[in-house]
Amino acid sequence: MKKKNKRLITISIFMVFFTFGCAILLFNLRENLIFFYSPTEVFEKQIETTQMIRVGGMVKDESLVKKIKTIEGRQLEEISFVITDFENELVISYIGILPDLFKEGQGVVVEGFLKNVGKFEARTVLAKHDENYMPPEIKDIKSIKDNKI
Amino acid sequence: MIFNLANPLRFQRLIEKIEPITLNIAIILLLVGLFFCFFGSPPDYLQGETVRIMYIHVPCAWFSLMIYSIIALCSIFSIVFKHTLADLISRSCAPIGACFTLATLLSGSIWGKPTWGTWWVWDARLTSELVLLVIYLGLIIINNAYEDKSKADRYSSILAIIGIINLPIIKWSVDWWSTLHQPASISKFSSPSIDPSMLLPLFIMTFSFFFFFISILLVRVRGEIIQRKIEVIRFNRMV
Repeated sequence: MKKKNKRLITISIFMVFFTFGCAILLFNLRENLIFFYSPTEVFEKQIETTQMIRVGGMVKDESLVKKIKTIEGRQLEEISFVITDFENELVISYIGILPDLFKEGQGVVVEGFLKNVGKFEARTVLAKHDENYMPPEIKDIKSIKDNKI
Repeated sequence: MIFNLANPLRFQRLIEKIEPITLNIAIILLLVGLFFCFFGSPPDYLQGETVRIMYIHVPCAWFSLMIYSIIALCSIFSIVFKHTLADLISRSCAPIGACFTLATLLSGSIWGKPTWGTWWVWDARLTSELVLLVIYLGLIIINNAYEDKSKADRYSSILAIIGIINLPIIKWSVDWWSTLHQPASISKFSSPSIDPSMLLPLFIMTFSFFFFFISILLVRVRGEIIQRKIEVIRFNRMV
């Protein structure tokens, strides 16, 4: 066998095994690689209330409530909203500034602690942008069309 | 044809002809592209003007992956066929790829702050792109670490081949794992979810960056060829 072919075969075999190894590794590390859980996953897992987790989903339409609360003599705006993965829902409460892109019907990722069943206290709220890009006029036309249907 | 061009000297003559053309095309496309980025395209319905960062960020990200693929192919070619030109190209590509990766990370970070509300998160897409930057830096360091260039080329080729595994991870991280980063807007299997008025500047910028990459690559490869020639002359004098 020529030296060239030998090297080619060595590299190919190495790549196959290496890829296979990495695939197994990544598959098993899935739990650690995902950035956030969905509300359904939160319910399925027994998550401690002391463990900081991230949960992501859609902000449910017309679920955003803002009310002024007095904590330690300071007036703070408590924000609460519902995030959903269209199977399960989670009520989020948050005190702080929401990102500009936070909107009902848009994706969001919250970081914080699970309180009792279905309640979540967020420390950080991150807006998740989806892969759709369009000018405002087209968005208007599309939403009019959707409403008609 | 390819083996005809694989002769470094013939390649050098070809470079001298192509190089000014590609640079001119890159500059013209860049000017047209920038006009469309800032004036000729609408703001996004949700992000507003921030969307314009995408026209830099997305092409940079594409090229950070494409240049790595070139390095990886050249490395396999170099190890299997021991061809000098493959070494020269992968050696020249590394710093350019590193710059594109850095630009991707920086522009993404600048976009992330107003959009997500954070400069950086450790999600799979962002982290794997950072790993790509580290691999590029590793390649640059190895390429310059050895007095004996053939040794440097062999070690950096091995690193480049091992690093191939990172490419599919970057590409599909957004589909395999839940990430803060959004999935791809442009894919082979579905119509793009970017409005045509926004695709135009994106593609002009992509072509501009492509020609820019080619012209920088050609300059660097020519430099490498000349440097090797000098080394041969020096070696012959010493003997």
